Amino acid sequence: MAEFFQQVVAGLATGSIFAALALALVLIHRATGVINFAQGEMAVFTTYIAWTLIENHGVNEWLAFGLTLVIAFGLGLGTERLVIRPIERAPLLTTVIVTIGLVLIFNGLVSLIWTAEVRAFPSPFPNDTWEIGGVAISQQDVGTFLTVLVMVTLLWAFFQFTKVGLALRASALNPEASRLVGVRVSWMLAIGWGLAAVLGAAAGMLTAPTVFLDPNMMQAVLIYAFAAAVLGGIDSPFGAVVGGLMLGVGLNLIGTYVDFVGAGLRLPVALLIILVVLLVKPTGLFGKPVTRRV
Amino acid sequence: MKRSDLTGVGLFVLAAAAILLLPRFVSDFRAQQFAYVGIYFIALLGLNVLTGYTGLISLGHGAFMAIGGYTTAILVSDQGLTLGSHTFSADVKDVWTIPLAGLVAGLIGFAFGFPALRLTGLYLALATFAIAVAMPGLIKYDRFEQFTGGGGGINLFESAARTRPVETTDPITFETISEPIKFLGFEIASFNEWLYYLSWGVALLMFGIAWLLLRGRTGRSFRAIRDSELAAASSGVNLATYKTLAFGISAFYAGVAGSLLAIATTFVNPDTYPITLSIFLLVGVVVGGLGSLWPLVFGAIFIQFLPLWAQEVSKAQGAPAVVYGVILILLMILLPGGAAGLIRRLQALSRGYHRSR
Repeated sequence: MAEFFQQVVAGLATGSIFAALALALVLIHRATGVINFAQGEMAVFTTYIAWTLIENHGVNEWLAFGLTLVIAFGLGLGTERLVIRPIERAPLLTTVIVTIGLVLIFNGLVSLIWTAEVRAFPSPFPNDTWEIGGVAISQQDVGTFLTVLVMVTLLWAFFQFTKVGLALRASALNPEASRLVGVRVSWMLAIGWGLAAVLGAAAGMLTAPTVFLDPNMMQAVLIYAFAAAVLGGIDSPFGAVVGGLMLGVGLNLIGTYVDFVGAGLRLPVALLIILVVLLVKPTGLFGKPVTRRV
Repeated sequence: MKRSDLTGVGLFVLAAAAILLLPRFVSDFRAQQFAYVGIYFIALLGLNVLTGYTGLISLGHGAFMAIGGYTTAILVSDQGLTLGSHTFSADVKDVWTIPLAGLVAGLIGFAFGFPALRLTGLYLALATFAIAVAMPGLIKYDRFEQFTGGGGGINLFESAARTRPVETTDPITFETISEPIKFLGFEIASFNEWLYYLSWGVALLMFGIAWLLLRGRTGRSFRAIRDSELAAASSGVNLATYKTLAFGISAFYAGVAGSLLAIATTFVNPDTYPITLSIFLLVGVVVGGLGSLWPLVFGAIFIQFLPLWAQEVSKAQGAPAVVYGVILILLMILLPGGAAGLIRRLQALSRGYHRSR
């Protein structure tokens, strides 16, 4: 039983990272209707910035993390202004292809600037464990989970209680009407990209201490995040968080208790389960069913 | 036949002639690269039937290519499948495995179309992406290893069923004599040239089939589904039939392309059909033009040649990817409709010009 709880706690930690990135995908999807394939690579890029701040400029860890989040916001905002805005009226698939172009650019830039060498990334949390009733709980895991929890809560409060948050929700829901009441919808999209990049940066910095920093670090995480977002319902922020946590715990339990599922089959099996869920509920667990007007 | 159809047939004959003559003017190495363009062209035709014409996004066509490629590899390499006490020895000539590979991939694609019926948009994108992600794991899975060769793959190079110039050593002079490939009365000296004619021969055939299919009732139904499922259904288009049909046809094309890729590389392993292949096929379709047929050649050229050009700009680690990404984004910003969009714009311009005269 102790092992079970241990796996659940560890699963919640990885799941919270999936949740953060899934939430980033959902934010952009709600605003623009596309999946940003570059979300993971942008996260890696910003994580490398944090690494440079700490290793090369001797910035204090927590300060570096904070600075990186601010830089990430600027990066997301700038990217939207530079490459997404010119194709606002293009077909959706064109935008998707542009994000694939961004994947290549950010991945290439990381190798170009920092080389593909694998590096250790400092963790903000102690590398100890707590013993609670025979269950060893890693403080790293608890820290990761709580960080994401705090970020998601802050984000929720921002969307719920601020004027900009209201404008963001309005322009995602009904761009035309928002424009009529004076919301600058185009800029709202840019802010959405900025916030998504912040979430991605957090996910990247939480992933890096456990798996080491390398240019392809977030590729697998992005697939899981995509799966989590779809599982929860691609339009539901709440669903993205729940989907991420479920996926994290589920993957750990499958890996531990189902014998024939080795490391190679973990992802396919997880995707298969998600497919089955989608076949029963085609718009995810918390997605609104689409009603079409004739 | 309509007049526009006649022009179409005329252009097709011209293009076929140009394709036939091209190897006379380029090196053997280039001929091989153009053979790959032909292979990608076939895959893009198939993906466009699904994504461009029917409006269903697939991020998993690399997996259907893998199914086709492995079908060919297993048949050609003569794995000697053992079922119970009986050992099947296939040993099929590589060319004849192409339609079989298409059929196997097509049937699996058709079957996949049924669960996919319930999904649209990004949910479907994830579902198809799932097959692409799962495929390498399935190929390496222990139970299938005796068929697929696991992570090590299957080597076709020495297989007797592989078409290639046969080299023998003259017993007296010890010179190597290369016996040319004989096919339908033609003699082709090099393997690359043979590859070129094979893939473009198949590509032209598949293009013709796609053109015939899409100009009639089937194509109309596909487009109706893309533009509005509800309107299509209320006009009597059976959504289930046509959506699964689109999946099947599309996977058939991917299977044929995958089979040709296996013949071309003479070796398959899970990395022959990586996840990125599925993504770049989608890139190719958008670069060529959604809902277009022959402009997809430009998409195929893009997939084959842009990585090579990007490497010529700078070989520094990471630099080619940046160059590739920048060109891709600029292309999308300047030509959101892809090559087909540009062609339409040019046609509209020239029509306006003639009218004003």
